[in-house]
Amino acid sequence: MEVFVQQLINGLTLGSIYGLIAIGYTMVFGIIGMVNFAHGDVFMLSAFIALIFFMLISAWLGAGLIVLSLFFVLILAMFFTSLWNWTIERVAYRPLRGSFRLAPLISAIGMSIFLMNFVQVVQGPRNKPTPPMLNKSILLIDSATYPVSISYKQIIIIVSTVVLLAAFWFIVQKTSLGRAQRACEQDRKMASLLGIDVDRTISITFVMGAALAAVAGVMYLVLYGVVSFHDGFVPGVKAFTAAVLGGIGSLPGAVLGGLLIGLIEVMWSAYFTIDYKDVAAFCILAVVLVFMPSGILGRPEVEKV
Amino acid sequence: MAIDATTPAKRQADMMAALKEAAFAGLITLGLCIPIISWGTRQNIENQLVLDPRWDTVAWAVAIVFVGRFLMALRKQTRDPNKPAVRLLPHGTIGFFQRHSGLFSLFGLGFLIVFPIIAITLAGWGGALKWIDNFGVQILIYVMLGWGLNIVVGLAGLLDLGYVAFYAVGAYSYALLAKNFGLSFWILLPLSGILAAFWGMLLGFPVLRLRGDYLAIVTLAFGEIIRLVLVNWTDFSNGYAGISGIPRPTFFGIPFTAADNGFAAVFGLEFTPLYRTIFLYYVILSLALLTAFVSLRLRRLPVGRAWEALREDEIACRSLGINTTNTKLTAFSLGAMFGGFAGSFFAARQGFISPESFVFMESAIILAIVVLGGMGSLWGCAIAAIAMIGGTELLRELDFLKQVFGNDFDPTKYRMLIFGFAMVVIMIWKPRGLISTREPSAFLKEKKAISADMVQEGHG
Amino acid sequence: MSDAITLLKVEHLTMRFGGLTAVNDLSFEARTGEITALIGPNGAGKTTVFNCITGFYKPTEGRMALIHPLPDTDQLIADTTQRGVSSINRASVHLLERMPDFRIAWEAKIGRTFQNIRLFSGMTVLENLLVAQHNPLMIASGFTFLGVLGARSYKVREKQAIEKAKFWLEKINLIHRADDPAGDLPYGDQRRLEIARAMCTDPVLLCLDEPAAGLNPRESLELNTLLLSIRKDLGTALLLIEHDMSVVMEISDHVVVLDYGTKIADGTPKEIQADPKVIAAYLGVDDEEVAAVEAEVGL
Repeated sequence: MEVFVQQLINGLTLGSIYGLIAIGYTMVFGIIGMVNFAHGDVFMLSAFIALIFFMLISAWLGAGLIVLSLFFVLILAMFFTSLWNWTIERVAYRPLRGSFRLAPLISAIGMSIFLMNFVQVVQGPRNKPTPPMLNKSILLIDSATYPVSISYKQIIIIVSTVVLLAAFWFIVQKTSLGRAQRACEQDRKMASLLGIDVDRTISITFVMGAALAAVAGVMYLVLYGVVSFHDGFVPGVKAFTAAVLGGIGSLPGAVLGGLLIGLIEVMWSAYFTIDYKDVAAFCILAVVLVFMPSGILGRPEVEKV
Repeated sequence: MAIDATTPAKRQADMMAALKEAAFAGLITLGLCIPIISWGTRQNIENQLVLDPRWDTVAWAVAIVFVGRFLMALRKQTRDPNKPAVRLLPHGTIGFFQRHSGLFSLFGLGFLIVFPIIAITLAGWGGALKWIDNFGVQILIYVMLGWGLNIVVGLAGLLDLGYVAFYAVGAYSYALLAKNFGLSFWILLPLSGILAAFWGMLLGFPVLRLRGDYLAIVTLAFGEIIRLVLVNWTDFSNGYAGISGIPRPTFFGIPFTAADNGFAAVFGLEFTPLYRTIFLYYVILSLALLTAFVSLRLRRLPVGRAWEALREDEIACRSLGINTTNTKLTAFSLGAMFGGFAGSFFAARQGFISPESFVFMESAIILAIVVLGGMGSLWGCAIAAIAMIGGTELLRELDFLKQVFGNDFDPTKYRMLIFGFAMVVIMIWKPRGLISTREPSAFLKEKKAISADMVQEGHG
Repeated sequence: MSDAITLLKVEHLTMRFGGLTAVNDLSFEARTGEITALIGPNGAGKTTVFNCITGFYKPTEGRMALIHPLPDTDQLIADTTQRGVSSINRASVHLLERMPDFRIAWEAKIGRTFQNIRLFSGMTVLENLLVAQHNPLMIASGFTFLGVLGARSYKVREKQAIEKAKFWLEKINLIHRADDPAGDLPYGDQRRLEIARAMCTDPVLLCLDEPAAGLNPRESLELNTLLLSIRKDLGTALLLIEHDMSVVMEISDHVVVLDYGTKIADGTPKEIQADPKVIAAYLGVDDEEVAAVEAEVGL
C-alpha cells in the first residue's frame, strides 16, 4: 500500500511532464494534421535554456530565493523556447503547407536531427547537472518499512502544471484566439474565408505548444537535475504516446494520456523491472493504436467511401 | 547557375524595406542565440557546471543572418518576377536524363563495376581502402536499404519509420547463427532475409490496417521495441556490449587472412586487407543490384501494380477485388527481407554489432533517402544516398578547414547537424524529391512520364 | 424481360450509425439482364445501400444474397462429361453481409463505381484497367513467383489482359488516351473510365453510384448508350443510383424508391411516375427539385 501511494505520487509528477509535452503534439496534429517530430527536441532545448538561465539567475539572486528564481527561469524559458518554435514553424513547416503529406514529416524529422546536433555542438555532448536544489520533502505516511513522502520538487511540479493547464484551458475555450484555433481544426479553408488569419493561428499554436514544452523542460530539470542533448527523443515519443492514448486532437485527452503513461511507467518500474519500462511504453502505444486508434477521449473516425 | 547579373533591375531596389527585413531576421537570430549560444556550459575540475560567455559567436551569427537576409531581400526585389527562379540544372536536364535512363543505368553500372580499380589507380593500394570501404561499401549499403524501403514507402505508400528493425534482425541473425552454429555467410544471407521477412509479416499483420501517420508511429514503436529488447536481453544479445568476433565472409571457403591458406597465399598474391574490402564491395553491389532487379520486375507484375494502386486509392482497390491486407503484407515483408539481407551483410562486414547501430536515427536516414530521392524512383534513391551519405562522409575529409578555423575545429562534429539541415532544405526546395515523375508500368503506344502532381502518396 | 431471374435479393436490410437509421428494413430484388434504379431524395440512404451490398459497410441487420445464374443446362452436362467427374457443383450463392468487400468483388462478382470518382489518378488509363484484372493476372503470374522468373505463360496472359483493356477503351472511346494519366482526363471521360474499369472485373452485377452526375446532355446520352450496351452485349445486370430522371426513366426496367431509408415504391418506371407517394416524397424536398421531376416525367 505504501509503495503504491509513493509510486502514485511519483507517477503523477512524471505524468504531468508528459502531459505538458503531449499538448504540443496534440494541438499541432489537430490543426495541421502533422506529427511534429521535432517537438521532443524542442522540449530538450527548453531544458537547456532553463538550465543556463537558472545558473545566471540563481547566481544573481542567491541560493536562498530558489523558488523565485525558478519562476523567472520559467518565464524566460517559455519566451525563448516559443521563439524557437515560432522560427522552426516559419522556416521548416510553413513553406510546405498544402504540399505533399510526407514533406512536412520529413522536414520535421530533419529539424529534430538538426536541433539535437545543434545542442550537442553548442553545449557539448556531456550530461549537464544542475546544482542541487529543493531537496527537502514532506513525510506523508510515517511507516517503518516504507515511509511515503512528497518532495518540494514534486509539489512545485504538480501545482504549476495544474495552474498553467487551467490558464491554457481558459485561453483555448474562452478567447477568440481559441475559437480561431478550433475553427482551423475543423476546416482551414472555411476558416480563412471567414476572415481568420490561418497562418497566424498556426504560428500561435506552435508558440503555445512550445511554451508548455518549456514548462515541461523546466520541470524535467527540477525533477532530474540533469539534462543532455539526446534527452528529447524518448520523452518526446512517450508524450506522443500519451497524446495518442488520450485521443489525438483532444486537449484533456493529452493530459489524461500523459498522467496514464507516467503512472504506467513508474508502476512498471516499481513492480516489474526497470529495464523494460520503455518497452512497456512502446507496447502500449502499439496496442492502443491497433485496437483503439481514436484513443480514450478522441472522436472515432468513420471511413468515407 | 543561371543567374544573370547583367540584367538591369526592373524595379528600383527598396533599400529601406530590405534593411528592415534584415534587421528583423537579425533580431530573431539574436533571440534564438540567447541563451543557448551566448553561454556555453562546461564542467570545471570540481565537476561543477560553469558558464562561458560567447557573445562573439552570437555577433557572428547575427551578422551572417543580417547580411544574408539583406542580400536575399534585395535580390528578390530586383529579380524580374516573370523570370523563373534560380535553377541548379538547366531546363530539361531531368527529362533528358529520364529519356535516356537505360543508357545512364548502363554507364552507372559500368562505373560501379570498375570503381575499385579506379580507386586503386588513383589513390594507390594504401589509400584505396578508405575510398572503397567508406564510400563504396557504405553508400551501397544505404542505396540497398533505400531501395528496399522504397518498395514499402515509395511503391505501396506505407510509411515505415521502423525499417531499421529488420536491418537489426538480419544483422543479429547472421551474428548469432554464425557464431553459435558456425554456418557460412552464403547460407545465412538468405536465411537472415527470410527471418527478417517473417518478422515483417509478424509485425505487419496487426498494424497494416492503420493509416498514415499512425502506421508510421507504430512502426517506429516496433523498431524501438526490438532495439530495447536487444539492449536489455543480455543473455541473448549481450546487451549494449554487442557481439564481437563475428565470422567474416570467406571467398567460397578461402578466408581473407594472412595465413597460408588465406586468399592472398592461395592466389599467390601479396597479402593486403584490401582484397576482403573489394570482395565485400562486389557482394554488396550484387545485393543492391538484386534489390533493384526485383523491384523493377515486380513493378510490372500484378502485385507491383496493386501496390501502386493501393498508394493511389485503397478503397478503389477493394472494390476491384484486391485483398489489400495481403498486398500490403507482401510489400512490407519484401522490404523487410531486403533490409535483412543488408543487415547480415553489415554484420559480416563489421565483425561487430551492437544495438547502437540500429537506433531510430538510422530509420530516419533511410526514409529520408527514399523521400528525398523521389518516392518510387530507384535513380532518385541512389542519388539521394550518394549525396547524403557520401556528402557527410566527405566532411571527414575536409582537413583544410582546420587551417581556416583553427586546430580544434572538427568538421565531423557538424556531420549530423548539416544532415538534418539538408533534409529540411531539400524538402522545401523539392517536396516531392529529386526525381518525382512516375514511369508507367505498361503502355500501348508510348511511354510517357507522369508528373508528380497526379501521383498520390498513399494514406496508409 | 420474361426470362429474368433473381440475381440479388436484399431482405430486411437495416443500417444504423449510432442513433441514426440510414436504411430501414429495406427489401428488393435485382434480376438478371435488367437495369434496376435506386432513386430517392438526397439523404435517403441510397449510397448506404450500395456500401452494404459491396461490403464497405457491415449492415446492422438483414440478408443480402447474390445468386449466380446457372449456365445453360446442356453446357453444364457437357462440361461435367468433359472433365471426367461425376458431378460439378456450380450453383453458387453468396451471402454478402458475411463477406469482406474484396471477396464480394472477386467471388460474388459485383463491380461498383463511386459517387466521387476514385480512379488511380497517377496511373495511366491502361494501368487502371490492368489493376482491375488483378486477381486473374495474379494467378497467371503464379502469385508473382513465376512472373519474377519471366515465365512465358504469364506474358501470354498479360497480352490477353491488355487486349481486354483495349476492347473497353474502344468501347468508351478512350483508346487514344490509353497512355495518359487517368487524372488528366476530363470529368466525363473519367466517369466512363471508372465504369470500364469496374467492367474489367467481369461482374455479374454492376453498381453505379450516380454515373450521370456532372455530365452534360451529350455525355449523358453517351452514357445511356454505354449502359444499354453493357446490358445487351455482356448480359451484366445493372443497379444504379441516379438523380437524373431522364437517365432513370429512359433505361431502367425497374425502379426502387427510397425516402428516409425506407422503401416507398417499387415497380416499372411507368408505375413509379404515377405513384402519389413518390411525388409526395419529392414534393417534400423543395420546389426546385419537384419542378425538375415534374418536367422530366412529363406531368
